[in-house]
Amino acid sequence: MELLYGHPKSLNPVQTKYCPGCGHGTIHRLICEVIDELGVQERSIITNPVGCSIWSDLYFNFDSVQPPHGRTPAAATGVKRMLPDHLVICYQGDGDLAAIGTAEIIHAANRGEKFTTIFVNNAIYGMTGGQMAPTTLIGQKASTAPYGRDATGEAGMGYPMQVCEILATLGGTKYLARGSVNTPANVRKTKQYIKKAFEAQMRGEGFTMVEILSPCPTNWGLGPCEAEDWLEQNMIPFYKLGEVKNTLDAAAIGGAK
Amino acid sequence: MTEKTFMAGFGGQGVISLGQLWVYCGMKESKEVTFFPFYGAEKRGGIARASVIVSDSEIASPLVTTPDSAIVMNIDSLKLCEDCLKKGGTLLINSSLVKQETTRKDARVIKVPCNEIAEQLGDVRFANMVMMGALSKATGAVKLDKLEAVLKSFFPESKHKFIPKNLEAIEAGMKVVK
Amino acid sequence: MAEEKRLMKGNEAIAEAAIRAGCTAYFGYPITPQNELTAYMAKHMLDHKRTFIQAESEVSAINMVYGAAATGARSMTSSSSPGVSLKQEGISYACGADVPCVVVNVARSGPGLGGISPSQGDYFQSTRGGGHGDYYHLVLAPKSVQEAADLTFEAFDLADEWRMPAMILADGLIGQMMEGVSFPPMRDLKTLPKKAWAAGRQQETHRPNNHITSLNLMPAELEQQNLARFKRYDVMKAKLQRSEEVNTDQAELILVAYGTSARIALGALQMAKAEGLEVGLFRPITLWPFPEQKLSELAAKGKRFLVVEMSMGQMIEDVRLVVNGRCEVKFYGRCGGMIPTEEEVLAEIKRLLGK
Repeated sequence: MELLYGHPKSLNPVQTKYCPGCGHGTIHRLICEVIDELGVQERSIITNPVGCSIWSDLYFNFDSVQPPHGRTPAAATGVKRMLPDHLVICYQGDGDLAAIGTAEIIHAANRGEKFTTIFVNNAIYGMTGGQMAPTTLIGQKASTAPYGRDATGEAGMGYPMQVCEILATLGGTKYLARGSVNTPANVRKTKQYIKKAFEAQMRGEGFTMVEILSPCPTNWGLGPCEAEDWLEQNMIPFYKLGEVKNTLDAAAIGGAK
Repeated sequence: MTEKTFMAGFGGQGVISLGQLWVYCGMKESKEVTFFPFYGAEKRGGIARASVIVSDSEIASPLVTTPDSAIVMNIDSLKLCEDCLKKGGTLLINSSLVKQETTRKDARVIKVPCNEIAEQLGDVRFANMVMMGALSKATGAVKLDKLEAVLKSFFPESKHKFIPKNLEAIEAGMKVVK
Repeated sequence: MAEEKRLMKGNEAIAEAAIRAGCTAYFGYPITPQNELTAYMAKHMLDHKRTFIQAESEVSAINMVYGAAATGARSMTSSSSPGVSLKQEGISYACGADVPCVVVNVARSGPGLGGISPSQGDYFQSTRGGGHGDYYHLVLAPKSVQEAADLTFEAFDLADEWRMPAMILADGLIGQMMEGVSFPPMRDLKTLPKKAWAAGRQQETHRPNNHITSLNLMPAELEQQNLARFKRYDVMKAKLQRSEEVNTDQAELILVAYGTSARIALGALQMAKAEGLEVGLFRPITLWPFPEQKLSELAAKGKRFLVVEMSMGQMIEDVRLVVNGRCEVKFYGRCGGMIPTEEEVLAEIKRLLGK
């Protein structure tokens, strides 16, 4: 009998430490499903970020390298340059990628480093307890923005950063897509983006990234279901879903650009 | 034998390559050598200086503070060299550019009209080679008999056509020293 | 067989030695006075079909080193004092994750931006675990261009053997001066040690997953990890201490100096000898582990010590710890990029000996 659906072998069969309604677990699973489909489990390495997914080496059933906060793209550069035939996944949250590690992501992307960044954007710092992130929306409350993010007022907190759009200007970036895991349809779409990015990486095409909008009910102060709705109503209008940049080799992907 | 030389001139006079070639030849003559350059903060036109040592035994400090010999390529370098030269040391002065008499009465003073000799050879840029010839003859520390081979590896292929003139400049510098 | 001597700057010799030691990944960022090292690597690593990246910062460079080294590659970065301060985060992580690599510090004067002249003001940072947490790493201090090459070549082996960063602590004078140097032959990459702990190439052995990490949120476990690491440090202290001694048997007064200041101290020693004064030199080559056994033997003989440094006195603390009050320890130093002269050190020797 053909098995149509099961637990990915690249994902360890363990209970995660993530909060109810958190997106990390779904995203981990999508990554592992694609790895299994590509048959590269023993040639995969993840560089874990500092943040809630710091424990991802408990969940991913393959090798991992844990760099300092924000330095993930630099470490992934070192890993991928040494092991060009491996699938290297640079897993980062919004604080890691868009605040402390801005220099690293910009330059890794600009050099066209041939790893794939999975950028989990939940518009908040999760692990440290709900501080304002570079992607926190205007008006959104955080422990360090108690009256909501105020871009231009006395607090001078600046504007939420649209990372895909920023990176799209760089010559080294080949594929930048933004998905979400708040609905089954968006989950399926996000998996397609991840697969395209991983396949492009294995062809050695250049820098690829999938930004994934992901709920953080705990730090948003919402229930899991409310959080899915909040994401839909507040994040998606600002962080538009879809392929922000796709300059992949059309021939290699069967003309389906 | 240890010969410590202090070399000074303005940037562009070839003081640094003079020092490098001196120790390169010394090394080829089986000496221990060390060369330490220092420049003014200016990228151009400052005084270029080099501490240069050749020795038959292990060299202790690479910094030349009391040189056995000093090379004065321009007027600004005269006082620098006068201030540090060892008592009774050798002061080699580029007399084409330094007309002033030295205050160091104890020194063995050798005046070398480097620029004039170099111009007679066709290019003022050989002035540093003229001085190196004089330094060799005056100190005997480095014979320079391996210079031709050294120049071949020091200069890129495209500049090898200047090697004979460099050797002539060395000869001319040696002749100045009695 | 040693090859014919070449005339090279210390910076270039360190780079060439690293390539010969099997360094396949170099990551750097421009800073004076070590720029010749990065430029040499830029050309020669690419010529050897190895990896060179001019990183966007020293912070990124050390983390590229960390990533490359985590896969088992011999990986290296170089910088000068302010840049090495930035690398301390990465060095702490490499120590915490037991990732071997080589870090070169061609030190300049500080604090802050300071100047670009040679200095030994980074001794504390290098030997005390310059970043956060409880750790040490190897620190080797060359005195010449030849020794800079030799110690760099060896540093890769030591780093691999002891699974930790090995630092070459040089200074701007050693980096910038030219001396004759001969190199060992190029290491065949296929003969380099295999690293079963490294990430990647799992398909070759189907081994269990390897996780390169310094994270452990269980205090009891992390304590055990640190204790195990400190046991390794004890073994290193017993096996790796290295120093050079000149005339220490006869000497009334022993100069203690490393790197460039040891060269100057040796010059002062020779001048003193010419004047009939018996002076010795004790030169630590490994700054960590500090050569405390040999120094302690000298202290037991009741020798007097004069520590000479291009700093306000940093290594002198290690000397005093070893001597432990048994005999006199005096200090002579210059800082801010000033280099003590042989004459100054001689004057201090005479003053202490009452001559």
